[in-house]
Amino acid sequence: MRTLLELDRVQARYGPVQALHDVSLTVGEGEVVAVLGANGAGKTTTLRAISGTVARSGAIELDAKALKGGPEAAARAGIAHVPEGRGTFVDLTVNENLRLGAYVRRDRSVKEDLQRIAGYFPWIAERGGQRAGTLSGGEQQMLALARALMSRPRLLLLDEPSLGLAPMVVREFFRTVRELNEKEGLTVLVVEQDARIALASSSRAYVLEVGRVALTGTSAELRDDEGVRRSYLGY
Amino acid sequence: MPVATFADFMQQVVTGLASGGVYALLALALVIIHRSTGVINFAQGEMATLSTYVAWALIAHHGWRYWPAFVATLAISFLGGIATHRLVIRPVERGSVLRIVIVTIGLLILINGFVLWQWGGEPQALRSPFGTETYDIGGVVVPAHDIGTIAVALGIVVLLWGLFKFTKVGLALRAVAVNPQEARLVGVRVTWMLALGWGLAATLGAVAGMLTAPTVGLDPQMMQAVLIYAFAAAVLGGIDSPAGAVAGGLMLGVLLNMLSYLTQYDLFDWFSEELRLPMALLVILVVLLVRPSGLFGHPEVKRV
Repeated sequence: MRTLLELDRVQARYGPVQALHDVSLTVGEGEVVAVLGANGAGKTTTLRAISGTVARSGAIELDAKALKGGPEAAARAGIAHVPEGRGTFVDLTVNENLRLGAYVRRDRSVKEDLQRIAGYFPWIAERGGQRAGTLSGGEQQMLALARALMSRPRLLLLDEPSLGLAPMVVREFFRTVRELNEKEGLTVLVVEQDARIALASSSRAYVLEVGRVALTGTSAELRDDEGVRRSYLGY
Repeated sequence: MPVATFADFMQQVVTGLASGGVYALLALALVIIHRSTGVINFAQGEMATLSTYVAWALIAHHGWRYWPAFVATLAISFLGGIATHRLVIRPVERGSVLRIVIVTIGLLILINGFVLWQWGGEPQALRSPFGTETYDIGGVVVPAHDIGTIAVALGIVVLLWGLFKFTKVGLALRAVAVNPQEARLVGVRVTWMLALGWGLAATLGAVAGMLTAPTVGLDPQMMQAVLIYAFAAAVLGGIDSPAGAVAGGLMLGVLLNMLSYLTQYDLFDWFSEELRLPMALLVILVVLLVRPSGLFGHPEVKRV
């Protein structure tokens, strides 16, 4: 498998507070990789370092090219970051949110993509004129995913998609992500508090502890190791 | 007591709509900047005055014809607005709101001083591009300048609405106003969008100034009262609502004009022209006390 994303000894800080000490990880093209860990372990910061929304050092490469600059540059390089807590423009309509997803694209096939996306989220076509803020939490999370797809990302970053959603909605969300991965080869790096569903939906995982990678392996290995589950994943 | 006819009444409405159209344009400028940066640009009026002097100088000193000078002034104002954001506002943008407000007040004084130094304080005449004729429309006598003002204001509003609604850059401008962090994640270059907002605001101000000068005369203080009216209009409509700014401007224009007209009746004989400006301030006060989000704005809701 070709390596799409590579982080080599990445550090990141919020003012004086160092949030990432030394994170190295790789994501292969077409892979779904999970980042797990307790609160404050640096999961969200890892995604922010990749999309350039936090001050960082160390090497981050997408397809062997160094990622530099802020989130505007990351978006242009093909990274779609769905942040924690939905990430929709609540005052704009569903369609406007989707159009913004395609903002960095120069080609003219945006219409086809709207149709392709309606295949995964049939309700979106019917509610295009509705304000995103009036959608339910689960629908907003789906919209955030749909909007990310509109950019035709090379790499999708998902930050705690399960946050505040009912278990059934979470399962549906991850089922859609897996479907996208299988059908379209979408590469995903997902940060998740809910280790159970993240391990069930990914092929490999990293476990972070206070800003460092404590453990890594295939999702199946981590899932089957009771010691790992008890000490790191809490279930 | 004089007998008011329907034609009299309509005449006042049309005149009110013309001044209201100017308030609406400047109110829109205030709203565009407030939505994206969260501050009231106190220099908005002086920026408009400066633009109007540019148009006047092109015509009076350089022999330009009106419409080429009009278009050139819009372009110069647009670039000037962008430059103002890049050079003056951006360095303080991450600071407190108060800091930005003080910078805009500084800008007000600076531009006012520059205009005085460059062109002096005597009033200048900028003629109306619509001429001085009046038209009789079914008994309603309307100055051509009023009709032209209403038409230009409406045209600008429609153009702006189209820009926000149907273009990619307009969508990006709105996205930045709603959620700048999120806008960056989808690839919008936020600082350039903010600069573009200042460019648009300066352009709107230029139109408002050029439409105001023929009726009140061009002098360095010309837009100061208009800015208060525009502020009242924006507050009345909802400071974050472009549609509200337009509606607020037109309503305020008609309201103030009606009051002047109604002074011929005993009930309103207390009103005089000197009370126009305090009246606008009263509107601001009442709206802020009774309905702070304005007629068309959404109440500010913070999710914790």
